[in-house]
Amino acid sequence: MRSRRYTLIGLVLTALMLFPVYWMLNVSLTPQQDMRKSPPDLFPLHPTFEGYRSVLDDQLPYLGTSLLIGLGTVALTLVLAAPAGYSLAKLRPRGGGALGLALLIAQMVPGIVMAMGFYGIFLDLGLLNSWWGLIIADSTIAVPFGVMIFTAFMSGIPGELIAASRIDGAGTFRTFWSIVLPVSRNALVTVSLFSFLWAWSDFVFANTLDGGGDLRPITLGIYKYIGNNNQEWNAIMATAVVASIPAAVLLVLAQRYVAAGVTAGAVKD
Amino acid sequence: MTLARVDRPRRRTPAVAEVSGSGRPAAQRRLRRRSRLTALAFVAPLIAYLAAFYLYPLYRNLDLSLRDYTVRSFVAGDAPFSGWDNFQKVLDDPTFGPALRHTMVFTFVSIAFQYVIGLALAVFFNRHFRLSAVLRALFLIPWLLPLIVSASTWSWMFNSESGVVNYFLHFFGVDPVGWLTSPDWALPSVIIANIWIGIPFNLVILYSGLQNIPAELYEAASLDGASAWQVFRRITFPLLRPVSAITLLLGLVYTLKVFDLIWIMTKGGPGDSSSTLATWSYQLGFGTLLPKFGPGAAVGNLLILIALVFGLLYIRVQRRQEA
Repeated sequence: MRSRRYTLIGLVLTALMLFPVYWMLNVSLTPQQDMRKSPPDLFPLHPTFEGYRSVLDDQLPYLGTSLLIGLGTVALTLVLAAPAGYSLAKLRPRGGGALGLALLIAQMVPGIVMAMGFYGIFLDLGLLNSWWGLIIADSTIAVPFGVMIFTAFMSGIPGELIAASRIDGAGTFRTFWSIVLPVSRNALVTVSLFSFLWAWSDFVFANTLDGGGDLRPITLGIYKYIGNNNQEWNAIMATAVVASIPAAVLLVLAQRYVAAGVTAGAVKD
Repeated sequence: MTLARVDRPRRRTPAVAEVSGSGRPAAQRRLRRRSRLTALAFVAPLIAYLAAFYLYPLYRNLDLSLRDYTVRSFVAGDAPFSGWDNFQKVLDDPTFGPALRHTMVFTFVSIAFQYVIGLALAVFFNRHFRLSAVLRALFLIPWLLPLIVSASTWSWMFNSESGVVNYFLHFFGVDPVGWLTSPDWALPSVIIANIWIGIPFNLVILYSGLQNIPAELYEAASLDGASAWQVFRRITFPLLRPVSAITLLLGLVYTLKVFDLIWIMTKGGPGDSSSTLATWSYQLGFGTLLPKFGPGAAVGNLLILIALVFGLLYIRVQRRQEA
C-alpha cells in the first residue's frame, strides 16, 4: 500500500523532471501555424511531420558527420587510454603518480580555453574545418576520464590472473590483449559510451574549429538552424529530438554503465 | 564527467630480485629494466598525446594572452610581446566585475539547488518501491542530452510570448516575464536550465553514497522510534558528508566551465546581464568580427586559475579520504 504511494509520487516527480523533454517532442509535432498560439497546445492535437521532413532534407549529412566524429573519438580514446590505464594500474611506471595528478588537472581546464589554443594550432597546420581535427579536439574531453576509469577498473583485476598468463609464457602485450582487455569489458563499454556521447554533444570545439567545413556535426546544424531561422521551431525541435536519439538508445541499452560511469571513482568505494 | 581515483594503495608485490638479494644481480637488473621499459611503453602514447594536445594548446593560449594580436598578426604569427598588458586591459574592463560576479552567482546558486534537490531525490529513491529503478534511470536523461538540445528547448520554453513557462505562470496570476530578454531575468533563466541539467549527476552520486550506509543503522534507529527527519539529520546526512564534499567540489569545478548553455540561450546578454568569464572569453575571442584573441585568452587563463584553486581543493579532500 505504502509502496504504491511512493510509486505514484515517483511518477509525478519524473514527469515534472522530464517535462522539457516532452515539450521538445510536442513542439516538434506542432504545425507551424499553431506555433505562436496562445495558450499553446499542451498535446500534439494536430500532429504534423513537416518538422521531421525538413530534418531529413537538411540535417541528414550533419548526423552522418557526428556519427563519424563520435566513432573516431571512441577509437582514439580507447587506443590511448586502455594501455595507459593498464600500465598505471599494474605495471607501475616511474612517475605514475605525477601522471595521475596531471590527468586530474587536465579535466579542470575549461573547454573554451582548449578551443582557443587549438584554434591557433589548427590555423598554423591548416587543420581548421576538418573532421579529424575535431576528433582530436573532442578526444581531449574523454581521454583523461578514460585513463582514470581503466586504471580504477584494472587495479581490481587479480594479480594471480596476470601472473598465470606470464607463467604460460605470454609477454606483457599478449597478457594485456588476451587477458586484461577481455575482462575489462565493463570499463571498455563505459569509456566508449561516454566518449561517444561527449563527442556527439560537443558544441564548443565544433563552433570554433569547424565553422566553414563541408562536414559539420549536428550540434552546429541545430545552432545554425536557430540562427538563420527562428520561426520554424517545429523543425528545430525535430532536429533536437533526432540529435537526442543516441543518448536515448544508449540509456536504454547501457543503463547500468551510465550510472557506473557517473559514479566511478568519484566516490570512495 | 567524473574524476576517477587514480592513486591506489601502493602495495607492491616485491620483485624477486628485491627478496633474494644475492644471485645474479646483472641479469636481474636487466630484467627489471626491461619491465620498467614495458611499463613506460604502455603510457608513452598517452604522454605524447598529453604533451601535444594538452600542454601545447595551453602553452599557445598563455602565449596568446601575453602578446598583442590583431587578425593579421594572428595569421602571420608575428604579434609583439606585450607582457601583462592584456591582463591589465581585462581587469580594467567594465565587463570584468559583472562577469566575475555572474560566474560566482551562476556557480553557487546552481550547485546549491542541484545538491539539495539531488539529495532529496536520492533519499526518496533509496526506498524500495515498484518502478524505482526505472524512474531513477529516466532521471538521467537531462544529463545525457546534448547541451544544444536542452539549451534550445529551454530557450523556446522561456520565450516571452509563446513560451510554455509564461503560460503556466498565467494560471497563478503572474504577468508574463521576459525571461531571456530582460536583463533581470536572463541570469536566473540560464541558472534554472543549468540546475535542471545538473540534478541527475548529483542524484546518482549521492544515491550511490546512500547505498553504502549500513542498513543496521536504520534498523536501530527505527527500533528507537526515530522520526524520518531525525534519521536524516542524525544518520544519513552526517554519514554522507564525504560523498557530499566530493559532489559539491566536482560540481564547482564543472559549473565554473559552463559555456555552451549560456552562449546558446542568451550569448551572455542582454548587454552583459548573463555573461560569465567563460562566455566573455569566448565573446572576445570568437564572438565578433574583430576578435580580441589576446584579452580573450587572458580571461581564459584567469578562469583556469580559479578552476585550479577549487580543483586542488578537490584533490586534497579526496586524498584525505583515502588516507
